[in-house]
This record gives sequence, C-alpha cells and structure tokens, in this order.
Amino acid sequence: METRDLYQDIILDHGRKPRNFHAMEHPSHFAHGHNPLCGDRITIYLELADGRVKDVSFEGRGCAISTASASLMTEVLKGKTLAEADALFKAFHAEVMGTEIPPVPEPLQDDFERLAPLEGVKAYPARVKCATLAWHAFETALKSGAVGATVKTE
Amino acid sequence: MSVAAKSGARAGFDPRAVKRDFPIFTNNPGVVFLDSAASAQKPASVIDRVSDFYRHDYANVHRGVYRLSVKSSELYENARDRAAKFLNAADPSEIIFVRGATEGINLVVYSWGAANLKAGDEVLITELEHHANIVPWQILRDRIGFTLKVAPIDATGGIDMAVLESLIGPKTKMVAVTQLANATGALVPVEAIIRLAHAKGALALIDGCQAAPRMMVDVQALDCDFYVFSGHKMYGPTGIGVLYGKRALLQEMPPWQGGGDMILNVTFEKTTFQEPPARFEAGTPDISGAIGLATALDYIDALGRDAIAAHEAELTEYGIGVLSRMPGVKLVPAGQRRFGILSFGVDGVHPHDLATILDQHSVAVRAGHHCAQPLMDKLNLAATTRASFGVYNDERDIDSLAAAIKAAQVMFAD
Ligand SMILES: Cc1ncc(COP(=O)(O)O)c(C=O)c1O
Repeated sequence: METRDLYQDIILDHGRKPRNFHAMEHPSHFAHGHNPLCGDRITIYLELADGRVKDVSFEGRGCAISTASASLMTEVLKGKTLAEADALFKAFHAEVMGTEIPPVPEPLQDDFERLAPLEGVKAYPARVKCATLAWHAFETALKSGAVGATVKTE
Repeated sequence: MSVAAKSGARAGFDPRAVKRDFPIFTNNPGVVFLDSAASAQKPASVIDRVSDFYRHDYANVHRGVYRLSVKSSELYENARDRAAKFLNAADPSEIIFVRGATEGINLVVYSWGAANLKAGDEVLITELEHHANIVPWQILRDRIGFTLKVAPIDATGGIDMAVLESLIGPKTKMVAVTQLANATGALVPVEAIIRLAHAKGALALIDGCQAAPRMMVDVQALDCDFYVFSGHKMYGPTGIGVLYGKRALLQEMPPWQGGGDMILNVTFEKTTFQEPPARFEAGTPDISGAIGLATALDYIDALGRDAIAAHEAELTEYGIGVLSRMPGVKLVPAGQRRFGILSFGVDGVHPHDLATILDQHSVAVRAGHHCAQPLMDKLNLAATTRASFGVYNDERDIDSLAAAIKAAQVMFAD
C-alpha cells in the first residue's frame, strides 16, 4: 500500500478545507473527541429534530485523516435518522478496522461509498483511531445531549 | 567483540561498520531508523550473549548450591559490577537492577519518598520531564501532601536556571531532573543543578535515560544521589535497567516490594531485610537481561563513549543544518544545547501524517507528545515529530529524512 492510496486527493482536500467546519451556537447535542496519543481534539455539534440529524458541524485540530474523516462524516450524516447514522458508523468502523462489514441498507450505499477514501487507513493500524475519532465523538454527543461530554480514544 | 567495536576504540568510528553489528539492519535493509530515543536496536553481541547464557549457564540466582546456580549468580553479580564501573559508582552494592528507568524512579519515590517526605516538604522537578519523572511523584504527593514544584523552561527551551535556583529552598527535599529531555533534545546542566540542590540540603535524582547512551556519565563526579537509566535505550535488552543510589542513602531506605531474595529471616511475626542491593530486588530478577545489559555496556565502551558523544554531536549539528535550511520546517526550541534528538514541526503537515509518510519512505521516527504532555502544553504544541540518533546512524540517514519530509511537503502543498 502506498501513502498515495491513503492520502488520496479527496482526503487531502477535506483535510485542508474541511466542510461544516464551525461551531454551532445552540446545538441540541455536542461532544469533544480527544486522541491523547496524537493530541488531536475535535468538537462535534448536532442539531437533532424528529429523530433526524438536522444539522451537524465540527471544529478542532488534528491530522489530515481525522479532519477529513470528520468532514466527510458531517456530509453524510446530514438528514439521516439515528438508525441510519448508526448503520453507517457500524459499516464504516468495520471497514477501517478491516473486519466484516455488516450489510449496508440500499438507501445508504451512496453515503457509504463517499466514506470509501478512508478505507486505506486499515493498512495503518496506528492511524485507525484518527479515522474513527469524529464518529466516536458523534456517538458520545448523542448520549450526552446539550451538556456535552468528552470521549478519548487511544 | 565485533569488528566495528574493536576498531572503534580509536577516537571517532565508522557508523557504517557499526551498523553491520546490528542484525536488524541486515534483516530490514533500507530502514532508516531514527527512533533510538524510544528504544535502541541491539548488536549481535548482546543478542548472542542472552541466547548463550540460556544455552550454557542458566539457573536461578542466589538460591541453589549446585554449580549452575552458582555460575548464574556469579554472572548476575558480574553484571552489577559492570554497571557500577560504567557509571563509576563507588561500590557495586550501589547498583540496583530494576525493569527500567520508570521502575527506578518509582523505587525512589515509594521507598525513599514515602519514608522521608511529609506534608510541607517540597520536591522540585522541571517542565522537561518525561511522565516517568512526574506521575510517581504526583501519586505520592496526593497520598502524603507534600508540594510538587516545577522549574519552568525559558524562551529558548532550556531550564531557566535563575528560576530553578529560586525554587530550591529549605523545604526542598529532592530535586529530580532529566539530563537530556527526550521530547526536545535539550541537554540540561545537571552538574549545576545538583550543586544547587545540595547547597540547600536537598537530594538530587538524575533521569539519565537519554544521556547515558550518548555520553560519559560519572556519578561520583556528578555527585548525584540517585541516577536511573533503561537498558533498552543502551543497546541492551528490554526489561532491565539500573538505579544507582549512594550507599549511605540506600542503607537507610526501607524495602518497597517484599518477597524472596530480599529478606534475612522471615517469621510470621517479624521479617528482617537484606542489605542493599538485595533489599530492593525482591523475587527472581531479570537475570538474562542484566547479563545482556553488561554486554551492551561492553559494546558501548568498546566503541568509546567520547567517540559516541562526538558522533551524536556531529549528527545533531548536521541535522540542525539540514532541517533549518528547509522552508517550513521548524525545530522545537531546545535550550543552550541540542543533543542526539531533533524535535520539529513541518508547516501544514500534522506530525502523524508526516510520520506515516516518512514510514512509507522507510524512515522510522516518532510522532506524538513523547510522554511529555506538560512540556507539549507549555510549548503550545499538540505533538511533534522526533528524529533521534544512535551509534548506527550516519549523515545519509538525515538526508533520507530530509528527502522524505520534502515528499510530504509536496503531497500536502496546496
Ligand atoms: C527521559 C526519559 N525518562 C524515562 C523514560 C522511561 O523509560 P522506560 O519506559 O524505559 O522505563 C524515558 C523513555 O522514554 C525517557 O526518555
């Protein structure tokens, strides 16, 4: 595996110019993600309404992989139900861990495809945590609501 | 002894010949290993010694009357003599074998510290410390209630000596400092710090993890009270390290772990303890580790410690030159003198992305906080990339590092 495969243009692009990269003034849910090993820190903000992700954004600083992963995550999560978000997380997690990917429901397959550029990270076990940090923070935000919480990955 | 080690007895040596003493490089041709500060590679002499010991002489120590055990005990004690000579300790009983620097510092904290520190006392460390010289003190502080003070670095990244001096007072019982900062490569003037500590009646512990593999260390000349190093950073095995302590101090210190080998007599009512060093070596020690370490110290001395220090200094200077000429590359400040370790950042490339890309170019470096989070916070860095040198590195390794950094910069260029 070449680093070019890991650092595909789409990753470099999202790493450099992350989408939905801003704080939210009144999030219904938020959480901090911290990877103490690399010092990466991000905050995920959510606005949930009627069981759907109405809006999602993030801010923080981290490596290209964690920033691009957070950016791509915000793109695919917008408008999803919590069950859909969970299905995407499970499939994405399995993909980057190199374990068996659970079946992805038909309507989510395009979104899952959009996360595919991160697949290369599975060849770099030391970097998998970078790719999953945002997702863990998302999950934590769902649980902690408007009070916020911190999830650490190491 | 290997060819390189023999020929290296003269001043200066040929790192290309030295490299041939290390089988890892034969088995991984092309690897540019720049992470000796995390752990050094092992010469064949050390690998063979450990294996030969198991093949020919192994038995438990200090227990059997049979010849194998006697032989094994003798080799283990010879290793202690070897370590004593390496540090120029006054007596081999001042050498306690531990798992590594971390355990050595913990031993001082839980034996000397727990017996001698009380609420109101002060222990002084510095901002350059590895977690191993921070956390054990904090744990004991939280139990006893003494004050843990921290001497800051100045704008150059070195210890601010004036502030350090002002922080040592009548309540200071211990000054525990690193000799060479693992996260930045800053060489610390420990001689002066030890003198300042003693002038106020405090003891001094030196964390020699990064210095001991790179320069001459004489604990009597330093006059430090405790000195620790890890064998695995000295081209020796993992799982073994040394705590040096002045005999008079060790004699007064209570055991910190109980078990076999450290007792004189045990009844259920009362147990009496051995003299040092046995008092501090409860249970079966890392016998092969100690013997392998002795061979590693032989290896270092055969190359010549002054020659190694000169080699590390040359590489450091060369590396500083190469990296500081590269646009977008910034060295982390390291005080008056940077030695053996280069910690740096590259604009627009996160240290973890950089380390992954360098790895693709077979350049092995460390990225992260280097077990020195408080220092990283102080420097306002989340992480750095660190290249560190060993006896097998040469200038071409630094050129490879520079070329790989360049490739990462190209990849990340807008
Ligand atoms: C300065 C310093 N102190 C202490 C340690 C801890 O050594 P060990 O993990 O071998 O106990 C290290 C190792 O990274 C170090 O560089």
